[in-house]
Amino acid sequence: MQEVTTEKKEFTPNIVAFCCNWCSYAGADLAGSSRLTYPANVKIIRVPCSCRVNPTFVLKAFQQGADGVILCGCHPGDCHYVTGNYYTRRRMALLYSFLNYMGIEKERTRVEWVSAAEGARFSAVMNDFVAQVTALGENKRLTDLRVKEGE
Amino acid sequence: MKDVELKMLERAKALLESGEVARVIGWKKGDFCHDPSPASFESVEELDSFVYDYFCGANLSKYLIQMSKKEGKTAVFLKPCDSYSFNQLVKEHRIKRENVYVIAVECLGKLDIEKIKAKGVSFVTGVEVQDKEVKVTTPYGEEVLSKPDVVLTKCATCNKTHQVKDEEIILHERPERDVNRFEEVEKLEAMTEDERFAYWRAQLSKCIRCNACRNVCPACSCVKCVFDNPASGIAAKANDDKFEEQLFHIIRAFHVAGRCTDCGECSRVCPQNIPLHLLNRKFIKDIDGLYGEYQAGETDEGKTPLTSYTEGDAEPNDVFKGEAK
Amino acid sequence: MLKIAKERLNELYAKISETMGLFIPVNYAGEVNYKVWKEGAEVSLETLKTVKSPKNMFFPQTENMMKFKTEGKNIEIIDVRKDYKEEKPFVLFGVKACDYKAIEVLDKVFLAEPVDTYYQSRREATTIVTLACSKPEESCFCGVFGIDATAPQGDVTTWLDGEYLYWQANTEKGEALTALITALTEEGGEETVAGQRETTKAVLENLPFAKLDLSRFTPENLNDLFEAKEWEEMSEACLGCGTCTFVCPTCQCFDIRDFKTNEGVIRYRCWDSCMYSDFTLMAHGNSRTTQMQRFRQRFMHKLVYYPSQNDGLYSCVGCGRCVNKCPQRLNIVKVVKTLGGKKDD
Repeated sequence: MQEVTTEKKEFTPNIVAFCCNWCSYAGADLAGSSRLTYPANVKIIRVPCSCRVNPTFVLKAFQQGADGVILCGCHPGDCHYVTGNYYTRRRMALLYSFLNYMGIEKERTRVEWVSAAEGARFSAVMNDFVAQVTALGENKRLTDLRVKEGE
Repeated sequence: MKDVELKMLERAKALLESGEVARVIGWKKGDFCHDPSPASFESVEELDSFVYDYFCGANLSKYLIQMSKKEGKTAVFLKPCDSYSFNQLVKEHRIKRENVYVIAVECLGKLDIEKIKAKGVSFVTGVEVQDKEVKVTTPYGEEVLSKPDVVLTKCATCNKTHQVKDEEIILHERPERDVNRFEEVEKLEAMTEDERFAYWRAQLSKCIRCNACRNVCPACSCVKCVFDNPASGIAAKANDDKFEEQLFHIIRAFHVAGRCTDCGECSRVCPQNIPLHLLNRKFIKDIDGLYGEYQAGETDEGKTPLTSYTEGDAEPNDVFKGEAK
Repeated sequence: MLKIAKERLNELYAKISETMGLFIPVNYAGEVNYKVWKEGAEVSLETLKTVKSPKNMFFPQTENMMKFKTEGKNIEIIDVRKDYKEEKPFVLFGVKACDYKAIEVLDKVFLAEPVDTYYQSRREATTIVTLACSKPEESCFCGVFGIDATAPQGDVTTWLDGEYLYWQANTEKGEALTALITALTEEGGEETVAGQRETTKAVLENLPFAKLDLSRFTPENLNDLFEAKEWEEMSEACLGCGTCTFVCPTCQCFDIRDFKTNEGVIRYRCWDSCMYSDFTLMAHGNSRTTQMQRFRQRFMHKLVYYPSQNDGLYSCVGCGRCVNKCPQRLNIVKVVKTLGGKKDD
């Protein structure tokens, strides 16, 4: 007889983190070299500036199976390109509010400002966000079923 | 309305005869009383089919992208709502303003033939509009309908005024109204996430990706749309999956955010009657709430909310449901 | 002839659904389209024109043709189409005369060599129950194409009048379906149906588009029509959206595209529209560069090219969906009125 496994696979979310090259990515580096941990299921995508993140990137990430998307950039006022993250702030505020308006859980999206000196903060933010998305469960509302075919 | 039409015709004739303009953009009679099409008229003879009535709901501004680049001046009749789109297109350098002669024309709200039909009235052969009532003539007799029930969705909450005019034809003043265009958005905001998701899922599942909303939209004036560009990675034709519908409508709404004048053409043209204007109005409401009142198309210059910022802007994590600090 | 009391229609739907799939006009989110019947569905047989035609039962808006599974350098090709067989028979219920005629138009395309196996398999698995029209509206002009809206063909023909749905089986498939539902039927109704047909015919004859003149749309006039200067003016307001093609019951163009999944590629086909700017985009460029050319193509195809290859059968059935749904109120009727009649030099 076939063995029936009732044990449920523990849910580990896929998290995509867009990090700006100058602050947050360096912050992630610092977290690493300081031996601070953050969950391995956070996939970092380095971008030249948080302002590079087009809303399509966020949606694409969800389409390809992300359960949460976090965007990290320099603190407002500290942008390497002077004003980039000010635009990001408006853009993401509107996008995330809009996604929620369409019924996408607001806990799946986040924006955090992490400087190159804030390795500890980077680690804390990622741990917190992963815990938040894990509690929420799998992303079913903004995903493309075709992508996961065969899984 | 007939008096307005006659006056418009008179001006169109004069402008064409004097050679002041090479063409006039207006509306052309259809087969019924309720299906006029946008059209350009290049001679006085062509004006025989000119019409301006309660079914001329189409926004003519977008046609000027092409028309204003033609030889000679183009005269255009703009309703109040159309004038915002016109300004916005001038601001984005899509219309050559110096080649256009704008005639601001009165509008007391346009009718939606689909809504009239939905009331069980078919074979409409004529309408007579009073203040609050619409008298509809059919071969089977007359029906009196309440006007607010059968106006285009975009007209139901309109309080727009002419933003641009080289001359105006206004014979009847429209009374100021007390309307809240965000009422429906507020209703949705008050729902739970689950309810909102169910609402939009049901609505968007009707989408057939005909692209009418995009192609009619005066803010969608890209030479090549990202959804038509095979190199974009998101080009698609039909809705293959529920995600496609969401992606298309979210990106489209976002792309016009801060530039959408709320002209309501998207909802007018949708063959499945998806309330697309509620997507755009959410952005407008959020922008108003977070960055101060802003109406796209009020001027033909200056920055839009998404191309400007202040140091004290709200943080993205704090803005849900307008709970901004 | 048989009849079924209106209040028992839900029992009828449930009975059919026990063994077959039932596609029927359902009001969902405010619009009526063909959907699978489920308990509690808001069926709307009275709706004259569903937004989408029933064509997507045989020719869905999208469907997979092939899959490529990639593992390292190996590519496994899975042809999902080759052995496709519709397993569960289904019933298409409430098809109007125009939409039924449209299926004939599609058959000539999809069942000709090379046969479209998807389409063929679905056609064979389907029993079509048509419904006669009793309240045609001003945009209807099926009569122009020789269609009798009061007595559509199909495996079963039905009429809705008063408190009853009248039922008449026409084919073996229809008889089989009738046998399934005998518990719900009673005899009678010939007179009522004849009466309804009489009344409706009078309305049909007096429809505003009942006398459209198609006489000029012949292969001999192809060049004249193609060169007609009126196309420019007629297409001026066209937005280049695909509404007319997607609501049309006879439009059958599709595109084939690839979609990348996490473990390979899905090749699918989806409806395409000749109104779209990239419709004829090829490696060498685009053969139709203006909206006028695209607009002309659509109507020339329906009124000249298709009939010249199919014994004079037009690929328009006069359902009037494009008349109702074009955002700028351009439509085939305006084309026919402008170009269809005798040439006035």
